[in-house]
Amino acid sequence: MVADALWGYLMQDMLSEYLPILIFLGIATGIAIAALVASYIVARQRPDPEKVSAYECGFDAFDDARGQFDVRFYLVAILFIIFDLEIAFLFPWAISLSEIGLFGFWSMMAFLGVLTIGFIYEWKKGALEWE
Amino acid sequence: MILQAISFYAFAAVTVAAAVMVISARNPVHSVLFLILAFFNAAGLFVLMGAEFIAMILVIVYVGAVAVLFLFVVMMLDINFVELRQGFLQYLPIGALVGLVLLAELVLILGSWAIAPDTASRAAAPTPAITETTNTHAIGQVLYTDYIYLFQAAGLILLIAMIGAIVLTLRSREGVKRQRISDQVGRTREESVEVRHVEPGSGV
Repeated sequence: MVADALWGYLMQDMLSEYLPILIFLGIATGIAIAALVASYIVARQRPDPEKVSAYECGFDAFDDARGQFDVRFYLVAILFIIFDLEIAFLFPWAISLSEIGLFGFWSMMAFLGVLTIGFIYEWKKGALEWE
Repeated sequence: MILQAISFYAFAAVTVAAAVMVISARNPVHSVLFLILAFFNAAGLFVLMGAEFIAMILVIVYVGAVAVLFLFVVMMLDINFVELRQGFLQYLPIGALVGLVLLAELVLILGSWAIAPDTASRAAAPTPAITETTNTHAIGQVLYTDYIYLFQAAGLILLIAMIGAIVLTLRSREGVKRQRISDQVGRTREESVEVRHVEPGSGV
């Protein structure tokens, strides 16, 4: 029971640091909703078929606006995810480096070495080149 | 405390609503954007639980990278999604049935789930109290030393993912002219200039 109360108090302490972010979120949502709603209420709206139809330089739109992307964008995105995960591992390592000692340091160096092998591989393969 | 409850219900409600919109939005790009909204709200829920590190990783990795990947996949597929959705309502009962079966199974499993009472005392690294260290610190203290094999395995999996992505998607293109500076600089006089004596009246 006491432990629960203590836990609740500590959580409260941690969450109070996030209060400004919550307030920002509230203000942002409020402004976004206000802008949308106000434009509906205040502005005069008289839609007719010509006004609301799709328009492309004086013609009706010819086809779908979606163009197909090259598969190379996908490759770049996947390589980005992998290095993103790599830095996600770096954050806890960086702040606890003073306690985990030399072993922890070299453990991370081995991890980075493995990923550097992959980096060299993709560099040599030309996966980073954009002709 | 009341603020905490309000934000929990707000985050949870928006997460569920966004998840419903992901599967029901007509435009697949809108689906991905609703997915990003769901990720953000899930991050808010994690913060409410006290799991700050997971919340931030969710924002960095899922919103920053995975959602972008989904957008690229959506843009790469040459599928007319409006046509694809024609039979959507027709299959809804079957889908709902499968979902219900899965839900029943989950309820059966979780209902009989019991955690052994001495689990906490047997853990290799007990979770430190939130006063002593932060989440991130607690992870850093054990991940790189006590769990080094799993950590290195994660590195190897990332390496395999990298190589796999390159092998699957990298195509060398024909007919692309590319500047190779090393080749340009490495040219010698002998291999590029030739002096020929041409007889008068004949061709080269």
